[in-house]
Amino acid sequence: MSTTPIDSWAVDLANVTHIYPFAGAEGLMALIGIVLWLAWHVWQVRHENEILKDSVQKYGDEATLQNAIDDHH
Amino acid sequence: MDTDVAALTTVFTEFYYWITVALMFLIHVGFCMYEVGASRRRNHMHTLMKNSMLIPLVTVTWFFFGWWIYWAFAGGPGITGPLGHPDPAVAAAYTPWGESMGPRLDDRISGVFWAAFLLFAWTAASIVSGAVIERIRHFAFWIFAVLIGSVTWSIDAAWGWHFNGWMVELLGYHDAYASGVIHGIAGGTALGVLVVLGPRLGKFAADGTPRDIVPHNTWLVCIGLFLIYTGFWGFYVACNVPLATTAYIDGQLTGATQTATTIYLTPTTLGAITVNFLMSLAGGMLVGYMVSKGDAFWTYSGGLAGIITASAGNDLYHPIQAMIIAGIGTFLMYKIHYWVERRFKVDDAVGAVAVHGYAGVIGLVLAGFVLWGHPSSPYEGFAAINPLGQLVGAVIMFGVLGFLPAWIIAKILHSQGLLRIPREIEVLGLDFLSNKEAEAARADVVAGVRSESAGA
Repeated sequence: MSTTPIDSWAVDLANVTHIYPFAGAEGLMALIGIVLWLAWHVWQVRHENEILKDSVQKYGDEATLQNAIDDHH
Repeated sequence: MDTDVAALTTVFTEFYYWITVALMFLIHVGFCMYEVGASRRRNHMHTLMKNSMLIPLVTVTWFFFGWWIYWAFAGGPGITGPLGHPDPAVAAAYTPWGESMGPRLDDRISGVFWAAFLLFAWTAASIVSGAVIERIRHFAFWIFAVLIGSVTWSIDAAWGWHFNGWMVELLGYHDAYASGVIHGIAGGTALGVLVVLGPRLGKFAADGTPRDIVPHNTWLVCIGLFLIYTGFWGFYVACNVPLATTAYIDGQLTGATQTATTIYLTPTTLGAITVNFLMSLAGGMLVGYMVSKGDAFWTYSGGLAGIITASAGNDLYHPIQAMIIAGIGTFLMYKIHYWVERRFKVDDAVGAVAVHGYAGVIGLVLAGFVLWGHPSSPYEGFAAINPLGQLVGAVIMFGVLGFLPAWIIAKILHSQGLLRIPREIEVLGLDFLSNKEAEAARADVVAGVRSESAGA
């Protein structure tokens, strides 16, 4: 019993093709991967929106901005 | 791999592409140094993360669809063949669930070949990254990174950088080391974003005169460019097929002589591209130094622009041709950069549109004249290299697949308020909040140390 197609190396390597586990589930794995990728962008844009909004609220006053301009580097 | 010769050939090819991947990593290290060096201190970490995170994003999307697009779109589809032309089974094998995407003992090359192309994709996205520093939102840039890295560059490679690409077949398009398919499209993409994004605060005076926003560390910028040169060796070598038999090529070639080939399977040698790489680097640096009157940034950029200009034909040029073509491209891209900046108020922070875009386009057009009539392919019925085909190819690379999609996406993001950071953040600096947090953390530690040392 093996999660890969190989349960013994008593084989002729010329006959061995894929060696990864859970062959047959590639479509499901691709679907999961794509969903995770898209979800990451959704999380990221929300996070970035929050950070930008908070920063402007906390530090966007005229005095702080003026200091930042004076201390330009 | 059932004979010693087959095993050596396979392992050599596998190792060959693997080495190119390791070398091309240096391009990315160089781009990060170069961008951070060009940014002001207040924006360092944002700039670094913007470029760094394209690595995972382009990698996963290249796995999910970029690589499949390359193998599926060579015929257009619908121009010289359907989706998957010329062999739909090959394209199907490169879907994310395809049989060639996981480890297999009967296919040792697909993985390293996939990775070499992925590193080209990172490079294309990274070129855009430098142009837009200090005011683009991370979200927006990473959308553009996926757009160019896993969609548009992949389409252009299928069309013009594939042994059965329709542009090669119908136009005689020749771009052996990617003047257009990487650099032209990246320059066009950067320009498409820049015209919507707008310049950094303070870049232009009220009368439109551009101001020089000096890199905070020119030394770091130049060493970054030096590293890009180093990684460029991997890029060049990865553009070749190291060893092919005439039977493998299956074209009009006869005899039993084996050869290195370009991506079009046209014969060349590693020696040819090595000498031409160095001579075009030299031509670019000499002219870059001269035209900028010794400016270090433009001298290094000139070396890069020189290589990029000559790249379309560096499989075939005489080294002196490579040097002169490189010099012409470098001179023109420098002049065009400052003309565009003054005339259209485009703030290209690192000259990426010029070094990659204009130089790439100029290189494609020059190759059409210098290589006029040379066969673009070993296959029968393909158009020969010609000036018109190269010009049309340049327009497709820079304009149709570069500028246009980027401009459309930029407009959409802009309309949603997702393209550019708020003005207050630009004034404060993108690292302002994290610097504040770091200061607070430091103060907390100092207070803790003071308290504990007093107790002791």
